[in-house]
Amino acid sequence: MSVAAMLHPDNDEVIEYVTAVLDRQLFGLPIARVQDVFVPARLTRVPLAPTEVAGVLNLRGRIVTIVDLRRRVGLPPRQAGAAAMAIGIEQGGEAYGLLVDSVGEVMRISDAIRAPNPVNLDPRLADVSAGVYRLERELLIVLDVDRVLDFGATSRAA
Amino acid sequence: VAQSALLRPLKDGPMDDLLREFLTETNESLNVLDVELVRFEQDPNNAEILANIFRLVHTIKGTCGFLGLQRLEALAHSAETLMGQFRSGRAVTRDAVSLILTTIDRIKGLLDALEAEHCEPDGADHDITAALELLSATPPPPAPVMGAEAAGSNAGARSVAEPSEDISFGMPPPGEPVTNGDAERSDRIASQSIRVNLDTLDHLMTMVSELVLTRNQLLEIARRTPDGEFKVPLQRLSNVTAELQEGVMKTRMQPIGTAWQKLPRIVRDLATDLGRRISLELAGAETELDRQVLDLIKDPLTHMVRNCAAHGIEPPEERRAAGKPEHGTIRLAAHHQAGHIIIEIADDGRGLDTVRIRAKAVALGLAAEADVEKMSESQLHRFIFAPGFTTAAEVTNIAGRGVGMDVARANIDTIGGTIDVRSKAGEGTVFTIKIPLTMAIVSALIVEAGGDRFAIPQLAVLEMVRVRADSEHRVDWLKDTPVLRSRNKLLPLVHLKKLLAIDSDARIDTENGFIVVVQIGSDTFGIVVDSVLQTEEIVVKPMSATLSHITMFSGNTILGDGSVIMIIDPHGIAEAIGTTGVARAPHEVETTEEAYAGEEQTTPMLLFRAGSEQQKAVPLSLVTRLEVIDARTMESADGQRLLQYRGQLMPLVPVNENVRVREEGSQPFVVFSDEERTMGLLVDEIVDIVDDPLQIELTSDRPGVLGSAVIKGQATEVIDISHFLPLAFGDRYGRVERQATPRKVLLVDDQAFFRNLLSPIIGAAGYAVTIAAGAGDAMNLIKNGERFDVVLSDLDMPDMSGFELAQMLRDDPLTAGVPVIGLAPVESSDMIRCARQFGIRDCVAKFDRNGLIAALEMSRAALEQAA
Repeated sequence: MSVAAMLHPDNDEVIEYVTAVLDRQLFGLPIARVQDVFVPARLTRVPLAPTEVAGVLNLRGRIVTIVDLRRRVGLPPRQAGAAAMAIGIEQGGEAYGLLVDSVGEVMRISDAIRAPNPVNLDPRLADVSAGVYRLERELLIVLDVDRVLDFGATSRAA
Repeated sequence: VAQSALLRPLKDGPMDDLLREFLTETNESLNVLDVELVRFEQDPNNAEILANIFRLVHTIKGTCGFLGLQRLEALAHSAETLMGQFRSGRAVTRDAVSLILTTIDRIKGLLDALEAEHCEPDGADHDITAALELLSATPPPPAPVMGAEAAGSNAGARSVAEPSEDISFGMPPPGEPVTNGDAERSDRIASQSIRVNLDTLDHLMTMVSELVLTRNQLLEIARRTPDGEFKVPLQRLSNVTAELQEGVMKTRMQPIGTAWQKLPRIVRDLATDLGRRISLELAGAETELDRQVLDLIKDPLTHMVRNCAAHGIEPPEERRAAGKPEHGTIRLAAHHQAGHIIIEIADDGRGLDTVRIRAKAVALGLAAEADVEKMSESQLHRFIFAPGFTTAAEVTNIAGRGVGMDVARANIDTIGGTIDVRSKAGEGTVFTIKIPLTMAIVSALIVEAGGDRFAIPQLAVLEMVRVRADSEHRVDWLKDTPVLRSRNKLLPLVHLKKLLAIDSDARIDTENGFIVVVQIGSDTFGIVVDSVLQTEEIVVKPMSATLSHITMFSGNTILGDGSVIMIIDPHGIAEAIGTTGVARAPHEVETTEEAYAGEEQTTPMLLFRAGSEQQKAVPLSLVTRLEVIDARTMESADGQRLLQYRGQLMPLVPVNENVRVREEGSQPFVVFSDEERTMGLLVDEIVDIVDDPLQIELTSDRPGVLGSAVIKGQATEVIDISHFLPLAFGDRYGRVERQATPRKVLLVDDQAFFRNLLSPIIGAAGYAVTIAAGAGDAMNLIKNGERFDVVLSDLDMPDMSGFELAQMLRDDPLTAGVPVIGLAPVESSDMIRCARQFGIRDCVAKFDRNGLIAALEMSRAALEQAA
């Protein structure tokens, strides 16, 4: 339990999220997990890779594996030529980039209003969701970064 | 780790330099001592080991005295006293060795403190010195003090050790060659080498890697600007960089034995603790690999050896009950293979407990109950690499805490290696680790397929072939299998675009295209690509965890132009070919395991029809090429059909008189050749290539037919090529009766063509044939206890001729009676006379099938008369 949470016994912890939009849906990633945000360029496709992997690219001398979030959560593919952004994260000493439509502002949200996944949430979304915030005008789905990258087992078995 | 710590400067000043040198050297000596003591315990009569131990301890003692390190000196002195008694014949007991090992541990502890504090820590070691002195004072059970008077098994050992008494006073006596030589050698090495801080080497390596990348970028720029004035200096820079890189790599190579140094001691201590009897065998300790890689595998290896000792090897009673020797064996072996180092850790213990693994896998939620029931043993065994997996019923301080194999695997994964396990209940377990020699830089061929670029490691590449319809290299289709004809061989081809599912409709463009011929073990195959761009030194980076399951790639890399490309893993491709049913390479029969007589062995066969509906076959390895020509280009002279073929006249012979030799249209034929002559065998239709076990069931007396075999469920005539070559070239031909009593024939020939040609003929005549690819192979077979009734040897072989082989067989009493028949390129009376002088019974021309069979029959008859 963090210091903030202990100071606010009613669980009023404030978490910062980097927000991103995918097919008009708002997503949030805990800022602590985000390394950087970059425009993906010169993507190399990887033959025989799981469909979620859009390819690999060279980001300042490091090889980054780009995961297409749309494919990961089962959304329709992005229109050809449409702009995309990548959110850089690190897992197990490896660099990954999550491909999204656009990256929004950083939001500070009180954890108190976080709700568990609605039961009718699309199972592919529920698979990567760590809960939902009901914001004033829309819903924000919190991404569980580790689960987002844990598609190896499912797609390999398929 | 200890080494690098020691290399940190302590403090300036002459005393510190001396101390540092002392610490480094003593630590090295102690590591050697550990190993030697364990050896000594197992082999107490080995005077050489004892002399070595004695010398090491004495040196330590002497240096400690010189530096005024009293505690260390006292410890070394007490240990030396006890060892002096060993040398004078005291029985070597486990307790005594344990005590000396404890002393060494204490010395190590003191050295660590000395390194940190720059002076000996306060305290005393009376516990150990007292124990040592007590043991020395206790009269040992068989205590012959004077070596010369001693009798029994120890006497020999001691009498050798005796002269080395003088060593303890610094000067090796001149009469002691072993120690003397050692000392001289180490002096020489010391004066030729310097110690370099490992950080310095690592830094150097990083800089060279950067330099290589920069050089690549420059080359890339130069490639785009064709006539730049930079070309020449850049080439020079490139060469210097390459040499520098090689040099730096070399400084980082270390024998794997350095990672094994502590193992004998660990196994010995474990065995003592657990009451097991275990011997550790080490093979290939001199195999070198990159220091960085070595560091990363050291711990996993140690852990796995511990596991073998703790879980693998059973207690002596259990082993005895199972009918195994009480002494368990752990074997560690390393060798190089195609840019990798293969390490095997094998034990002859109880094997993995499949039942328990299955239960544990379900309990841990790694697999569903229903799934594990369907899994094969080897699939189940792989669960031991899963995080937190252990099957040890009780957790000991040795192993069984479940933080073992998954950590070992993770370490091996990081360096781009793989680990696998094979186990058989009651027989033992073998772990196989395959790791790259270096993680740093490899030379690769950059190719393009389907618009994407890929890197193929140069190490596996034999050659590159440009395919053109009119060139020597052509692509043929045998049913659905593309093959490359290259230098009298047919190689299976795999299309990179197709294999990587980039373009599944890819057809091989027979007019244009590139084939990268690669060799993996004994398999040779061609990878078809659209173009070959350049070669480049690439820095191998492992694939991310989400992609590491793709076996076709061994990693990825950043090219000079900044883009990322995949590195092809030829091993992965070889495996894929094996499973997708592409014809295997018609590789040469090189080893005796693949001898024709083997029942499991398959032979790639070319199937065709000629003269009848019945399928006919010929071993694919004998086939040079498959051709289809316009029938009108065939010529005729003296009733012999001829074809102008590659600037020469090639005779064409129909397989039999029923073959429909076409007047026009296309005429298929099969080309055979030996080293000089080439002929075409006219057929009606080429059917397929199959890879089946070849078992000639009925021999045939019809000329040109070896016999019948069942291939792909059909009765098939196996054609005797040797019948047609002389026919095409007008050699004489006759027939001789043969009998079918199995006799063992050893066929020695350096050329695969003749081995493949002759072994079916001899086999069909009722002999059991074993093949050797040279005189050396033949001698090895005989050394390994193989016995033969007749040896049939080529006379003209590169390393050792048939004459020499015959001589050697004559000289060996075991084989002196075995008749040797020489195979000559042509028959000549001179040759026969010469052969007789070497004890060669008979000489036959290689194409004289019947002469050969006759000679075999005669030698057999002679043998039976003699018997």
